[in-house]
Amino acid sequence: MSTSHGKRWRALIVDDEELARHVIREFLQSHAEIEIAAECANGMEAVKAVAEHKPNLIFLDVQMPKLTGFDVLELIGTDVPVIFVTAYDEFAMRAFDVHAVDYLLKPIGRERFDAAIERAKTRLGEKMPAATELAAAARPPQQFLERLVVKDGTKVTIITVGKLDYAEAQDDYVALVTQGKKHLKQQTIAGLEACLNPANFVRIHRSYIVNLERVVRIEPHAKESRIAILTDGARLPVSRAGFARLKALLDERQ
Amino acid sequence: MNLNTALKNQHRIYKVAALPLAAVLAFVLHTPGGLTWLEAGLIGFALAAVGELISLPAWYSCRISPIDRTPLWRLLSTHVVAAQILSLLWVGLGMLLARALSFFPALQGIEARFTERTAIVYGAGCVFYLLAASFHYVALAQDATRELETRAMQTSIQARDAELKALKAQINPHFLFNSLNSISALTSIDPSRARDMCVLLGDFLRLTLGLGEKTLVRFSEELELLQKYLAIEKVRFGDRLNMHENIQEESKACLLPPLLLQPLVENAVKHGIASLPEGGDVRLSAVRQNGRLAIVVENSWDPEAPPRRSGGLGLKNVQQRLEARYGKDANLRVNTEGGLFQVSLSIPVESEEKA
Repeated sequence: MSTSHGKRWRALIVDDEELARHVIREFLQSHAEIEIAAECANGMEAVKAVAEHKPNLIFLDVQMPKLTGFDVLELIGTDVPVIFVTAYDEFAMRAFDVHAVDYLLKPIGRERFDAAIERAKTRLGEKMPAATELAAAARPPQQFLERLVVKDGTKVTIITVGKLDYAEAQDDYVALVTQGKKHLKQQTIAGLEACLNPANFVRIHRSYIVNLERVVRIEPHAKESRIAILTDGARLPVSRAGFARLKALLDERQ
Repeated sequence: MNLNTALKNQHRIYKVAALPLAAVLAFVLHTPGGLTWLEAGLIGFALAAVGELISLPAWYSCRISPIDRTPLWRLLSTHVVAAQILSLLWVGLGMLLARALSFFPALQGIEARFTERTAIVYGAGCVFYLLAASFHYVALAQDATRELETRAMQTSIQARDAELKALKAQINPHFLFNSLNSISALTSIDPSRARDMCVLLGDFLRLTLGLGEKTLVRFSEELELLQKYLAIEKVRFGDRLNMHENIQEESKACLLPPLLLQPLVENAVKHGIASLPEGGDVRLSAVRQNGRLAIVVENSWDPEAPPRRSGGLGLKNVQQRLEARYGKDANLRVNTEGGLFQVSLSIPVESEEKA
């Protein structure tokens, strides 16, 4: 891992506030082994910069426009050590503690900063915890996912959950279907199910979650199985257990 | 209402009821073949005077067997048994009195004549007991309703107080930590700006604490607080935050609850500017017209931005405070058309000259 100037580390600073980036930039000056590969003012830039610069250390602000720090982690994968930076977010802090993820609190102190750098070095090669799990742990109780982020190459798409028609399991991925388009996301269908509001989304089949708003009717199919017809004409299989869940939910709504 | 005042009221009502009761008793005792009017009057009044003997125990038996929580059989048996016992006692007293009176020569034979009438007195006692019991139940129900009303009112007052206190003490920790981080950055870039920022932050905190202690403040005072707040956020967000003010001079003397607008401006920055990579505008306007003060806080925003914590809480608080102070006389409208988040509020003009 040799780069120019004998620097072994390439760091990325991601924060929407210039002054906040400045503090980190300044602290990094006393770490000669680390060069700043790029600074990003938002999550979209960060996703691109990760692909372009292949950093091995990322300072990542949690609260940013468009994409949060958790969204960014979800999109860039878990191979790079990330040090989260946040001003105050009790749920995020608890999630970081639980998953042993390093984080810095604003205003950032130099000692704490240096300690985080040392720890990051010893952690090189360790994987970050799954971003979706971390984000789920950082969500306040009783709050469900409001938007999904997916990446196709370097193109990032944000899907608000209200626009999600249904999700289909495909091996290690889920295909998120919205307005006739499919977006692949690396997540298990059970993991996705746990993040969605059970009042709006139903697991109608081992491989399918459907947005209740989209279901027009249910038709019998073969023995013991049915088919859900959606507003856009899509036909999804409904298992026996799935039908029971669907029925329970519809009864509850009436 | 406590038990003592309740009982006092029962006594008063009983005293009013004693006279007709005496009259009725005298009448039934006098019925043909019965006591003379004098005898009937004496015993009737005496029994009515100790009528409390019946009505008071009825009050206790009503309290121990609340009508809505006691099974019917127990209710009936309690009161039937109590009516028997108390009427018997009453009759017994009447007998004693009749015997004592029979020592007067003029009233000889009263004991025998009264004994013939005991069944009627006994019946009257039962009826009187049941009347007293029904009356107590009605009184108890009224007390319970009144108590519920009082408690509901107290709860709502306490809730409002607590909310106001919380609101006044509210200084967003996120804002504070981010400001400190900005100051920390400025210390090496531009120490004098760092100092300015410290002063701004100090002013803002002092104003927040000072205004929070009052019930009403001049709009100009609240405006000063908002300006400090925006100046601090301007340091943090730089070119991303553009402020526009359109404040009519006459509006500045109007009074309004303190820190009412602060959460709205804070939302405009937190949910508006902070959610836009390129930033945007925060517009503040105020007009005094036709006896009303109309204020608009407007900002650019991204409807698909990641949700922030405590979304909508500030707005709800503002609404509740407006309702608490002005009732239906205040107006709060949110409009989210055309990429703008606009909160308009209108309140009746109050000014110090008038107050």
